[in-house]
Amino acid sequence: MTRNNSIISGLDWWTIVLFLAIALFGWLNIYAAGYTFEQTSMFDFSNRAGKQFLWIGIACALGITVLFVEGRTYEVIAYLLYAFWILVLLVTPFLAHNTKGSMSWIDIGPLKFQPAELAKMITALALAKYMGRYDYRVRSWRDLLVPFALLALPAGIIMVWQQETGSALVFVSFLLMFYRFGMSGYVLSGGLSFALLFICSIRFGEVALPWGEGNVGILLCYLVLMAVVVGFVLLHEQDWKNALIIAGGVIGMYAIGLIINVWYTVNFNLISLIALLAALIYYTVVVIYRRHFSMLLVTLYIASALVFCEACTMVFNKVLQPHQRTRIEVLLGLKDDPTGAGYNVNQSLIAIGSGQFSGKGFLKGTQTKLRFVPEQDTDFIFCTVGEEWGFIGSAGLLIVYLIFIVRLIFIAERQRDNYSRIYAYCVAGIFFFHLTINVGMVLGLLPVIGIPLPFFSYGGSSMISFTLLLAVLLRLDAERLNKLH
Amino acid sequence: MTNDPYSKRSFIIGGAVALVVIIFIFRLFWLQIIDQSQKAKADSNALLRQVVYPSRGLIYDRNGELLVFNQPIYEVTLIMQEMRHGFDTVAFCRCLGIDSLEFEQRIAAVKDRRRNRGFSTYTPQIFMSQLSKSEIASLRETSYKFSGAGIRKRTLRGYSYPYAAHILGSVGEVSQADIDRDEYYQAGDYAGRDGLERTYEQRLRGTKGVEVIMRDSRGRIQGSYHDGAEDKEAITGTDLHLSLDIHLQELAEQLLQGKVGSVVAIEPATGEILALASSPTWNPEILVGKQRSAQYSRLLNDPSKPLLNRATQATYPPGSTFKTIQAVVCLQEGGINPYSKFPCSGPRSTPIKCTHNHGSPVDLLGAIEQSCNPYFWNAFHDMLQRDGFGDNNAIFRARYNLWRDDVMKFGLGSRFTNTDIGEQSPGKIPLEREYNRTYGEKGWKAITIRSLSIGQGEVLVTPLQLANQAATLANRGYYITPHLNTELTNNPNLRHETGMDDKWFALTAQGMHQVMTNGTGRWYNIDSLQMCGKTGTVQNPHGKDHAIFIGFAPMDAPKIAVAVVVENAGFGATWAAPIASLMMEQYLTDTITRKHIYNKMVNSVLTHPSSEKSDP
Repeated sequence: MTRNNSIISGLDWWTIVLFLAIALFGWLNIYAAGYTFEQTSMFDFSNRAGKQFLWIGIACALGITVLFVEGRTYEVIAYLLYAFWILVLLVTPFLAHNTKGSMSWIDIGPLKFQPAELAKMITALALAKYMGRYDYRVRSWRDLLVPFALLALPAGIIMVWQQETGSALVFVSFLLMFYRFGMSGYVLSGGLSFALLFICSIRFGEVALPWGEGNVGILLCYLVLMAVVVGFVLLHEQDWKNALIIAGGVIGMYAIGLIINVWYTVNFNLISLIALLAALIYYTVVVIYRRHFSMLLVTLYIASALVFCEACTMVFNKVLQPHQRTRIEVLLGLKDDPTGAGYNVNQSLIAIGSGQFSGKGFLKGTQTKLRFVPEQDTDFIFCTVGEEWGFIGSAGLLIVYLIFIVRLIFIAERQRDNYSRIYAYCVAGIFFFHLTINVGMVLGLLPVIGIPLPFFSYGGSSMISFTLLLAVLLRLDAERLNKLH
Repeated sequence: MTNDPYSKRSFIIGGAVALVVIIFIFRLFWLQIIDQSQKAKADSNALLRQVVYPSRGLIYDRNGELLVFNQPIYEVTLIMQEMRHGFDTVAFCRCLGIDSLEFEQRIAAVKDRRRNRGFSTYTPQIFMSQLSKSEIASLRETSYKFSGAGIRKRTLRGYSYPYAAHILGSVGEVSQADIDRDEYYQAGDYAGRDGLERTYEQRLRGTKGVEVIMRDSRGRIQGSYHDGAEDKEAITGTDLHLSLDIHLQELAEQLLQGKVGSVVAIEPATGEILALASSPTWNPEILVGKQRSAQYSRLLNDPSKPLLNRATQATYPPGSTFKTIQAVVCLQEGGINPYSKFPCSGPRSTPIKCTHNHGSPVDLLGAIEQSCNPYFWNAFHDMLQRDGFGDNNAIFRARYNLWRDDVMKFGLGSRFTNTDIGEQSPGKIPLEREYNRTYGEKGWKAITIRSLSIGQGEVLVTPLQLANQAATLANRGYYITPHLNTELTNNPNLRHETGMDDKWFALTAQGMHQVMTNGTGRWYNIDSLQMCGKTGTVQNPHGKDHAIFIGFAPMDAPKIAVAVVVENAGFGATWAAPIASLMMEQYLTDTITRKHIYNKMVNSVLTHPSSEKSDP
């Protein structure tokens, strides 16, 4: 009994309070989204709000059950569970019925269940077990091969075999944990900069410069690369003087270009390329004396980035199918097509924007209620918050999520063993990724990828999976004090 | 866990989460607080501002008789989504008296998005419109059997009398130009298209109300917004009380049957129009409802031009009726005096022959009575050339301008302003400039423009101007701009003085009275009514002469001034005078005693059959 008492006293009540607050606020908003101006009970189990309440109850019950299971159990069965679940993922499409092209839902009695939801937790446990070994260190990229394979296997099955891109993308969130445990930051920032280059070259690829000759998309790409070079010199080499010289030189070249442009038409794309090459050559010469060969890496990066930009444009225009092109164009704001591919996002922005500062009030929203916004109680539930609770409510909710995730990072950092810490970072990463992709989509900043807002969107499968994910972490965290001895 | 070289990275990760949340909050700030366009889009998305139509103002005549009212008509609507299962098409068609082929055609028309842009399977769509109460009676009793079918009420204009079509005008659907010009209108609205309905559109239409209704993404109505707090009630249009006497108007139109022409009657003291008829005309009811466009194009293409309001838009030389003005002006400007006499050699007179047989020489009263052309030629000649010609003909031309100004003081030569009479022609009193252009400044004198002396030649007037001229003579020197809305009567801006001496008017009135007792109008006189008049026969180069008459009665306290023009009829004394005489009798005594004259006028046909009164 003393053991259980110490577990309860060791629970992180902050996290539990935040979890309950988010879940109950979500339940209110699901009721509002389904409310059709006719009063129905929030506890009527025939409607979505009533069902969600039931799901919250079931999830809590399951979560409490998990709290009584010893943390070591998961460590012991992690690989077995992982292997079993890979099997489940493989079998799922045979049992699944096709829901909007995805083959990821199976029926268990009256319930619909998505095995991919639980796959995140099981993969996190397997990763924690592998990377939490006392002798495991990330010394080179070889050490990350097995963890990469562990996450790529379920992600690949879900993406290719089950046609569920959104859930598969969530596995990218484990990169955050890899970063924390030693993966080079250049992998993350490199990936991010490539995403930025892709958006710039497609989004502004067709826009001519308002002055001189040239193309806004390519110019922006050059500016991003220039920032990478200056950033490298500044942060990696800590060479303030040369960073200033390079930045000054580039600005000077543009200034001269603008002056000449008064009389002769200047190609600014060419100027950018010359400036970039000049900066590279200059600094390569500088560092050769210092025998810092990491500069070669930067040169390699720049060269591959330039090829990448060209490839983007070519693939976009020549390889992609027209409907795929349309999806990307709508996403990047190139096509204004409110009833076509961009309809969801457009209606979502209208609903949020109409909420104004303080919102229309609980149950008073018109956009979400009148079903202008599709998926209004699942993926687009944030619209209801934006419309009915306004800037105050939606910014407030985001801050609650921020506190929640930062609390998870805090919990992760206070763990005594790598196993628990790695698992905690996986959990924090999953919540962060869901929040970013879901809210980014609803706010029209990111592509339309259908993944739920944790604890908030309607759905038993995701509610239970997220709660279990968190409950395991809470149990591991509660045990940390016992591990002193 | 000690010596963790990467422990600082927890802050970078926490910072990244914070950065993402901050970016989202900035985005929210932009969407919800800075950018107001989303709010407007949301309203147009979800809120349906359903128009509540006010009932249009009614129109009454001077005796309070209702002329124009609103009558309900019905539209049958269908909600396609709700009529899918078990809709008994056969029974439905039987209720509406249509066959299944027409049913299919109408459904196809409703579903054709090119013709019906607002098509939705969830909202009521107009299946049949402009049905009368009796036409929907059978559907109304059994409509519960047809799910998705509904009956909607709108109003159309109704008319108590089949008269005054030109004056009242009609109501029809607004054009795109109307919508662009006035944001009050929306497609499908009704507005006054012509006549008083158009002139007084702003007050007759009232103010539309609005009912704010919420609808969902499929257009289904979800209820009232904010419990009707933002609804606005419709304000009924203001009624119009006309100066028209509908029974006098009725008589005028009857008397014009079978003829082309106009009758205008005015109350001289007030300028109120008592009757204003133009023939051929039509029954205003034919331009109401579903037959409107077909009937309108029929009227438009009719060679007798019924849509032309001849009373205000057609112009004619005034002929001998102009002699009344000549008498006053020549007396005023010293061309003649009350004792002036001129010889007349009848048909042998020069430069203008006389068409009437009377003694010689004649004085002014005799000249008016007998419509003596030579007298008025001499008077005109003496008035214009009294002071000679001067350098460069300047004195003569100044006298001409004086004459022209005086004539225009009778309301001739320009449109009436600040009044409610729709389309008017200005008529014409020729400018000095026109003669200068033709003859050179020195090249013209009285003899050149001698036709003007007897109301022929370049001078042109409308029947309304003729009636106003009669009213000016009746008033002995002023007129109130003719108008139809009695609210205008007391407007001081409408009073126009001629500034000429009462004596000359008295003398002219005496002459006009003699026309009726001894002269060209004597066959249609009623002594007790103290009628005054002047006949005119206008030479028409294109055919038979136009018959014209102006008059007023009683002489001492005139209650009615009237002008009649009958095109291609011949003598004014024969065709115009009896109509005017009957009008005056009807108005003053409320009876017609001379049935034989009435019958003769009503039954005479002076036109080609195609231009008879248009009545379906």
